[in-house]
Amino acid sequence: MAATLQVSLWRGGTEGRYVDYEVPMRQSQTVLDVVTFVQRNLDSTLSYRFACRVGMCGSCAMTVNGRPRWTCRTHVSKVAADGRLKIGPLANLPVIKDLAADMREFFVKWQGAKGRFAPSKTRFDPIERILPDSAPRIAANAAIECINCGVCYAACDTVRWNPDYLGPAALNRAWTLVNDVRDAGNTERFAAVAANGGCHACHSHQSCQEHCPLALNPTASIAGLKRRTAQVYLRGEIKP
Amino acid sequence: MNVRLYIWQRGTALLLLPLLLLHLAVIFYATRKGLSAADILARTRGSVAWALYYGVFVAAISVHASIGVRTILAEWMPLPARMVNPAAILFGLLLAVLGIRAIAAVVLP
Repeated sequence: MAATLQVSLWRGGTEGRYVDYEVPMRQSQTVLDVVTFVQRNLDSTLSYRFACRVGMCGSCAMTVNGRPRWTCRTHVSKVAADGRLKIGPLANLPVIKDLAADMREFFVKWQGAKGRFAPSKTRFDPIERILPDSAPRIAANAAIECINCGVCYAACDTVRWNPDYLGPAALNRAWTLVNDVRDAGNTERFAAVAANGGCHACHSHQSCQEHCPLALNPTASIAGLKRRTAQVYLRGEIKP
Repeated sequence: MNVRLYIWQRGTALLLLPLLLLHLAVIFYATRKGLSAADILARTRGSVAWALYYGVFVAAISVHASIGVRTILAEWMPLPARMVNPAAILFGLLLAVLGIRAIAAVVLP
């Protein structure tokens, strides 16, 4: 293994180019460590986004050697066996500068999918008891650990082809809330995800589950939404 | 794609599955038995059953395929968004006309 890494980083906005850097190789080095090394030692004008560094916050996702990844938990040794790294901003999102993608449309679509908890009780009601091994709780569990990193959104072909598509993360979140027995917003949510650009636009290519760093399966969540919205539509409860 | 189009597309797919299998069986039967054009026409001309069977087949295909083509046009073609639905409907109508023409040719006495 070489003692230095050959690193190409995207510099600029939508118009820009890859610039090459040499970064010393370290043991247990992550891709985020490499980007941080460049910013602290080689070019302080490099822009990128990170926060927790431990895979909890979902801030640091970038395109690494052609694949969207969470950079803080991606070891260089796993993705750059030949000592070469090409790192760009997340795909399918506008570029702000360098490695920082503009996440606004991603979060706007979360709201569009009604990915917000709609309480059925007030603070004056007793806290509802949800048994951990109850079927609805287990169903909600399946999709609940999303950290909003945007990796699935960047990996999705349908997002690339259809600008109205809400995307795997937003729909996965909607499915979690559909399965949350405390939530009271399902009619509105079903109408939102059954409209044009909703769950039925998904082609089930499964790139989202292939790339999800938490091994979630948004394709399965979207399939669940397709089934449930078809049922409520046939019962006449929603109009597309 | 929305839930209404989804139901129509999946519904017609469900309908097409047995119809398609029967259609294939008919093709195998006709070729294995060595039926001539005259033999086939003798069976289909004036037959309400064949007209109904292929009529439903053509209707289901026209709906199913035009919904699929609509998505392809929207996602892959540099077509203005307002042109996608008319183009897909036109494609469905074209399939329907061609299909009905073919049915008429074999079932009308």
